[in-house]
This record gives sequence, structure tokens and C-alpha cells, in this order.
Amino acid sequence: MSVISETVDWLTDSTNWSGDDGIPHRLLEHLGYTAETIAIAAVIAIPLGLWIGHTGRFRSVAVAVTGALRALPTLGLLTLLALYLGIGLTAPLIALVVLAIPPLLAGAYAGVEAVDPQTVDAARSMGFTEWQILTRVEIPLGLAIIVGGVRSAVLQVVATVAVAAFVGPGGLGRYLIDGQAVSDYPQMAGGSVLVVVLALALDAVFAALQAFAAKDRPAARPVGV
Amino acid sequence: MTWLFDNIDYVRELFVRHAWISVVSTLIGFVVSLPIGWFAHRHPRIRGISVALVGILYTIPSLAVFILLPGILGTGILSVVNVIVALSTYAAAVMVRSTVDAFGSVSPAVLDAATSAGFSTRQRVFRVELPLAGPVLLAGLRVVSVSTVSMLSVASLIGVANLGSLFTDGFRRDFLDEIVVGIVAIVVLAIALDALLVLAGRLLMPWSRVQVGASR
Repeated sequence: MSVISETVDWLTDSTNWSGDDGIPHRLLEHLGYTAETIAIAAVIAIPLGLWIGHTGRFRSVAVAVTGALRALPTLGLLTLLALYLGIGLTAPLIALVVLAIPPLLAGAYAGVEAVDPQTVDAARSMGFTEWQILTRVEIPLGLAIIVGGVRSAVLQVVATVAVAAFVGPGGLGRYLIDGQAVSDYPQMAGGSVLVVVLALALDAVFAALQAFAAKDRPAARPVGV
Repeated sequence: MTWLFDNIDYVRELFVRHAWISVVSTLIGFVVSLPIGWFAHRHPRIRGISVALVGILYTIPSLAVFILLPGILGTGILSVVNVIVALSTYAAAVMVRSTVDAFGSVSPAVLDAATSAGFSTRQRVFRVELPLAGPVLLAGLRVVSVSTVSMLSVASLIGVANLGSLFTDGFRRDFLDEIVVGIVAIVVLAIALDALLVLAGRLLMPWSRVQVGASR
């Protein structure tokens, strides 16, 4: 019980809610890194995924690469890049983008592929150009799965930003890493609770977005993401 | 490279430790997910709830779980039990979904045929449903095995020794070689376990390869 009450004490201590290492500032940092990572990864992965899904080209390459990246240990990539590029935000950002690409890519191509080929052929026979087929048929119909890919990526990045605190940056992971360094378990546990709450809240937001994208279709996440 | 040869015993020890923790966690997760997935497959109402629940479980960041579990279980933070419980839970969370899909992939006509041939429920489950669900189960198990090996390395941040310790130690000592050895060792372990799973699948389900070949 004492562990739990000490954690609650840490979470409700007003000194932990102000300043540069206060919870609101750390939370904003965490969200900021997550948003930046997803934005960069999405610009790379989503157009590529849509193209793979639409043309069917390089599909097996994409599947192999996303599978291989899953085996790559997050912490290994983070520490490797941090030593290589030096302390700062660049190294963690690159590592986070690399990890966010597979779910985004898989969501984009799986979303396009999930559209009934007969619907696509019908659009083509009505004189739609390939660009129109992509933007007016495949993306709207596959949107729920594409958003599902974004949802997986966001959750993975939120979790990894916490791990990335080990190589320097801020965010809620600071409490986990700094608490561990001085054996302050309530701080580690309090920070962990915040990370969990943030992940669950973001998941709920994206579940709602996905339901909105699916409208009357059942929500689905891409296989294996 | 000289670092690897000088420390080969240490790396081997971490490799073996990483391997057994990953294998035990994956197997526990698999065994736990089978009855849950089978039950959820049979009862559509429970299916929705259980798939949603395991989805939420999987949403929770691993480092937070590695830290919070000792407080909940009452074990020491350095205890390997926490890590195994956490990794098994993640493995089960992913496998329940695969198990539901796997049992769903078995043709109802085949089950009816088994029933009419006089199979009892238990015989049908173990001699018809489970083997036919095998290929989809194996696919799920391969995903879980790889992500478990990778996820375990995060536990090194709280001081539980595994191949991830090469990352934390290498970073603290500003020593790139040690980190590279860690990454290569983890990828090698993930590939080796995946190969073992594929091999086990071929031995246990010799028909699946023929089927895949025929359907292409």
C-alpha cells in the first residue's frame, strides 16, 4: 500500500505540477515530439503506402521491410544514433521516425488494398483517371484502415518517446529515467501512470476518429500492426 | 570486433538469458491465449469485449508496465518475474486476436462433418479445430516472438539484465561497438527463433505447405 500512496503523493504534490520539469511542461514536450515524429513519418510513409496499395508494386518488399524493422530493437537504434549524432533532438527524432514508418505504411497500403476491386474497376470503366480513383474511391473507402495505421504509429511513438528519455530529451519519460537513476520509485511509478493515461487517451481519440472514418463500416486495423 | 572477442562469455550469457526469457514469455502468452481465443470465437458477444480489452492492454507502453508491475505484484523491481509477466501479457494480448482469427478460419462444414462422424466436442477441438487453425496461429506466433525479443531489451532500462544491457552500458561508456553487437545479437536471436517456429510448423503441420503450394 505504501508504494501506491507514495505514488499518489508524488502525483498530487503541487511542486511536481509547475516549472520546466513539471508535469504540464513534460506532457507538452511528450505530445510535441509525438506530433513532430508522426508528421515527418506520415509525409514519407503515407504517399508511398498509397502508391504501393494502388499499383500493387513493391508490395512484397514493403511487407519484408516492415517485418524486418519490427525485429530492430528500439533502444538499440536510439542509443546507436545518439552516440553517432551526439546528444540532442536529431538522433531520437530519426529513430522515432524510423519506428513510426512501418505501421503508417502498412495502414496506407492495406487501406487501399481492402477496397473491393470491382468498385475500383467500376470507377475506371466510368472514366475516372487513376488519380481520381485513388483520391475519390480508394482513400475514402480505405480511410478507416489508414487512420488505424496512424493510431498504431501514434501509440508506438508515445511509448518510444518515454524510452528515448534515456538518451537525453524531455517528455514524461524523464520521470521514469531520472527516478530510476536516484532509486526514487514513486517518481518512476507516477511518471509511468502519466504515460499510461496519455497512451489510453490518445488511443480513445484515434478510436473515435477511426469510427468516424468508417461511418457505417466496421472499424478495422491493418493485419499485423 | 576485438571487444566482442574479449567479452564473448558475457555476450553469450546475456544471449542465453535473453533467449530463455523471450521463449518462456511467448509460450506462456500463447498457452493463455488459446482457451480465451477459442471461447471468444464461440461466443460473439464475448469476442467483441475480449478483443477490445486485449487491444487496450496492448496500448499500454512497455516501459511503464515494467516499472508499475513490481509495485502491483509486490516483487522487487529487478526481479525477472515482472518482466516475464509483462511480456507474457503483451504476447497474450496479440495472440488472443490471432487465435480468434485462427479458429474463425476453420470451415464450419468441416466441423459439422467431424460432428456427424461421431467426434465428441473435445475430440473435435483437439483433432480437427486446433490443427486446422494451426497455420494462422503460427503466423500470429511469429509476430509475437519477434516483438517479444525486441521489447525485452527495453527492460534493461530498469536494470534487468538482457542483451539490451549492451545498449545502456554502451551508451553510458560512449562505446559504439557494444551497441552494434547488441543490435546484431538481438536480430540474430529474433531470426533464429522465427526459423525454429517455421521449422516446428513444418514438422507439426506437414500438410500446410502442400496446401499453400496448391492454392498458388
